Amino acid sequence: MKKSIFIRSAATAFLCFVLFNYTLANTPKAEGYKVGDQAISFQLKNVDGKMVSPADYQSAKGFIVVFTCNTCPYSKLYESRIEALNQKYASKGYPVLAINSNDMTKQPGDSFEEMVKTSNAGEYSFPYLYDESQEIATAYGATKTPHVYVLEKNKKNLQVKYIGAIDNNARDEKSATDKYVENAVDALLANKPVSTTSTKAIGCTIKWKEA
Amino acid sequence: MLKVSKHKPKTITGLVLLTLLLTSSRLLPAQEIQVIKFDQLHQIITDKNAPIRVINFWATWCAPCVKELPQFEDLLDKYKNSPTEVILVSMDFVQNLDSKVKKFAEKKNLKSKLYLLDETDYNSFIDRIDPSWSGAIPATLIVDARNEKRTFLEKEFKEGELEKAYLDFIQ
Repeated sequence: MKKSIFIRSAATAFLCFVLFNYTLANTPKAEGYKVGDQAISFQLKNVDGKMVSPADYQSAKGFIVVFTCNTCPYSKLYESRIEALNQKYASKGYPVLAINSNDMTKQPGDSFEEMVKTSNAGEYSFPYLYDESQEIATAYGATKTPHVYVLEKNKKNLQVKYIGAIDNNARDEKSATDKYVENAVDALLANKPVSTTSTKAIGCTIKWKEA
Repeated sequence: MLKVSKHKPKTITGLVLLTLLLTSSRLLPAQEIQVIKFDQLHQIITDKNAPIRVINFWATWCAPCVKELPQFEDLLDKYKNSPTEVILVSMDFVQNLDSKVKKFAEKKNLKSKLYLLDETDYNSFIDRIDPSWSGAIPATLIVDARNEKRTFLEKEFKEGELEKAYLDFIQ
C-alpha cells in the first residue's frame, strides 16, 4: 500500500515535471507583462564583463529597457536612436538598459563576443546585457527586437508604464511622427499619465533555445 | 589541356546562363510582386468570394522566414487542386523591392502569390491583422472569409508543421 502511494506520487511528480518543462519549452513568450504590472529586476553580464542590475542605479527614476540584438536589421535601424534615448534621458533619471536574449546557437552573430564588438563599434553609452538563460525575455514577454519596456521605479518596485516600439517609423527616423518612448518618458518625468501605453511593430523574432 | 578543360565548362555555362537569361525574361515573365497598402491587404483577407487563404508575413532579411518558405511552396503545390491560395506578404521596405525581394523571388522561383506591404506605421495595422500578433515575423494567417474562420500563428514552422496547421484548419 505504502509502496503504491509512493509510486503514484512519484509518477505524479514526474508527470508534473514533464508537463512543466513542456510548458516552459513550448511557450517561451508565455503571457509576459502588461502595462501596470510589476516587473522583476535582473542582474546580467554587461559587455565589459561586469554584472549590471537596475538596483545599481540608486538615483534613477526608472529605466528604458530595450530587448535588442546585434543581427536584426530593425535593431540596426534603431541602434542610433537607442543611443540617443540614453544620451537624452540617462541624466534625467531614465537610463537605457539594452538586453540581448537571442540564443547564440541559433544566431551565432548574437554571441556575447559579438555583443562586445557591436557595443564598441556603436560606442554605446549604455549597458548592453546578455540574457543568456532567456529568463528575463521570458518573464517580460518580449517577443522581438527591438522591444521596449519603460519602467518606473516606485521605492524598490519596477512598474511597467509602456511596452512597444521606439517610434512609428523604423525605416526613416526623420519621418517618425510619433516618438512613443520619448513621449512616455517625458510624461513620467512630468508626473503625467502616459498617453500611448503600448504599441506594436514588426521586428525580428527572439531566437529561443530549443527544448 | 588542363587550361581548356578548366575554362570550357565555364564558357559553356556562361553561354547557357546568358541564353536562359535573355529568353526567360521574354518567355517567362518574372513572378510579379504587387506593392500594396494595408487597405488592399484587408480586402484580400476579408474577401468573401475567395478560397481558403494561407497568408504568410515574411521578409528577405528574416532568416527563420526564409527557412520556412519552402513549406509554403510545397503546400501550394500539394493542394493546388483544392480551393486554397498561398500568399506571401513581404514586409521588406519598398525601396528594396527590386534589389532584394524580386531577386530573391526569382532565385527561389517562388510560385505563391507575392505582395509587398508598403506601410511604415506598423502600430496602425498589426492589431487589425490579428490582435494576438506582437509584430514578430514569421507569422501566418489562415483564413476562410466565407465563414469568417481564421487562425493566426506567430511562429516559425518546423518541418511539417505548416501542413498540419492547414489540415487542422480545413477539418
